Amino acid sequence: MTRPFIPALVMLIAAVAAFFLFPYNLAFLTRILIMIVLVLSLDLVLGFAGIATLGQAAMYGAGAYAAGLFAIHVWADPVAGLLIGALAGGALAALSGAVLMRTQGLTLIMLTIAVAQICAEIANQAREVTGGADGMRGIRPGKVLGLWEFDFIGITGYWYALTIAGLVFAALFVIGRSPFGLSLRGIHESPARMEAIGVSVYRRRLAAYTLGGGIAGIAGALSAQITQLVSLEAFSFTLSAEALIMLILGGTGRLYGAVLGTVIFMAVHHTAAANDPFNWLFVIGALVLAVVFFLPSGIAALPTSLKRLAKGGRHAGS
Amino acid sequence: MSLLLNIAVDGIAYGMILFMIAVGLSVTMGLMRVVNLAHGGFALIGGALAHWLGRELGLPFVAAAALAIAGTVALAIPLERLVYRRIYGFGELQQVLATIGLTFLMIATVNLWLGSSLLAIPLPEALQRSIDLGFRQLTAHRVTVIVVGLAVILGLWALLDRTRFGIRLRAAVDNRDTASALGIDTGTIYTLTFALGAGLAALGGILGAELLPIDAYYPLRYMVLFLIVVAIGGLGSILGSFAAALAIGLVETASRYLLPDFATIVTFALVILFLALRPQGLLGRAS
Repeated sequence: MTRPFIPALVMLIAAVAAFFLFPYNLAFLTRILIMIVLVLSLDLVLGFAGIATLGQAAMYGAGAYAAGLFAIHVWADPVAGLLIGALAGGALAALSGAVLMRTQGLTLIMLTIAVAQICAEIANQAREVTGGADGMRGIRPGKVLGLWEFDFIGITGYWYALTIAGLVFAALFVIGRSPFGLSLRGIHESPARMEAIGVSVYRRRLAAYTLGGGIAGIAGALSAQITQLVSLEAFSFTLSAEALIMLILGGTGRLYGAVLGTVIFMAVHHTAAANDPFNWLFVIGALVLAVVFFLPSGIAALPTSLKRLAKGGRHAGS
Repeated sequence: MSLLLNIAVDGIAYGMILFMIAVGLSVTMGLMRVVNLAHGGFALIGGALAHWLGRELGLPFVAAAALAIAGTVALAIPLERLVYRRIYGFGELQQVLATIGLTFLMIATVNLWLGSSLLAIPLPEALQRSIDLGFRQLTAHRVTVIVVGLAVILGLWALLDRTRFGIRLRAAVDNRDTASALGIDTGTIYTLTFALGAGLAALGGILGAELLPIDAYYPLRYMVLFLIVVAIGGLGSILGSFAAALAIGLVETASRYLLPDFATIVTFALVILFLALRPQGLLGRAS
């Protein structure tokens, strides 16, 4: 029974160790943690429920803008801001999902991209509220729980983001083993059979999409509070695509695959893209093709594949 | 009245461009069941080649365009044989990822070659003149686009309805396993169809450069636009793509004239509404 906790524990120790090993890269480490939350939300939607989406950035951006506006105009409390971000992401996912979850395949993928583009266009047009293409500035989050102030180096930001990422991971861990999570996996495997045994596939998928949207909203809110800036990039297709690539790189439906993929992707990005974003596209393009062709179940599946290989199984590497 | 005419002419020209670029996408999706997000990349390659041939080598427009289309097709054939053929059997998500990867590689290649600035394609003077229709002036370019678009749909109709290749292609779209069992060489049909689609995308990219400006990020910027045409028209339906492209061209042009700030929002909202009511598209078959 303790075995499933070992990967989580290892990751937690690694995260604490990273704080002491890279004290000058806290902003980058925090960025990784925020992306982990986003990719975890995608793992719920795509890895568990099998909803192919290329528009998770829509909910991320909604959470970021909602938390930013809330902090500027209403209350600077960060935790309240996270809740607002989750509500905004969840509400957008529920609203758009009510239509989107009726479609599938190409239409679904295309509509998820379209929703994110509509959001970007609205944020761009509502210049007085959102700052348009200049981005939203002036977000000054208050102390976390009234105790810890956000500092210039990012120490508070790191522990704050780590706590939230840990809580999201734990929540998804529980959800994944709950009857709801198992029914999502069933829908992923065979929607027709789940429908036949009396499950409302549409409602479960909508619930998963909404929940995933709420978590993506939390990631957006975290980013708004810690970087104190929200830009139209929050809604960009590139963000959705990169989140998807991180998830596939790590392996879907496993949670720790999402964490692993994000860390590796962000580390490669950090080293390869620092000088030229276009050459970065060469790296990412080649990386994606390599994963799809040679590592279709992601890095998290490597140990299982290797074990099978060692035992001489016939389906090694599948 | 003149506003309506402006909307009609510009909208139809825009729709023709969308049709030329998207029809290949629709047919390959209907035929190979592959979600090809990299299709806009062929329009980019065509446009980039035409820019290079016209600007750097100084070829006249028609020669540059013809060579650019031939070059795009020459690139598309080995790409289909070597890469896409392996993608057909993948799941939807793997197809999406692989084609996103290809899109990124295309963008990076064009950027490395020609830079990230706008790639203008010089139009010959004959196309810049305006034609007097009596009640209205039209640029020759718009007229050319509309005429070429009509020629493409007529040509495709003739190809599909009147030739042996068309019969085999339609058989393969309907049921590729049965078609293959009946001795139709589906592999060759895939390659030819893919090459045709890429060539038409290049044609649309070159002719449409005035409306959809070509730069390295072209395939990502207009990805949704091309996918919308396919989804609204219905997978694999040429007539559906044509109707959808014209409808989207007219709706977007009309909202650009009437509500310039909200054109994208209005168009996308209508598209989502339409697909919510009719998920299989205009002429798609319910799955």
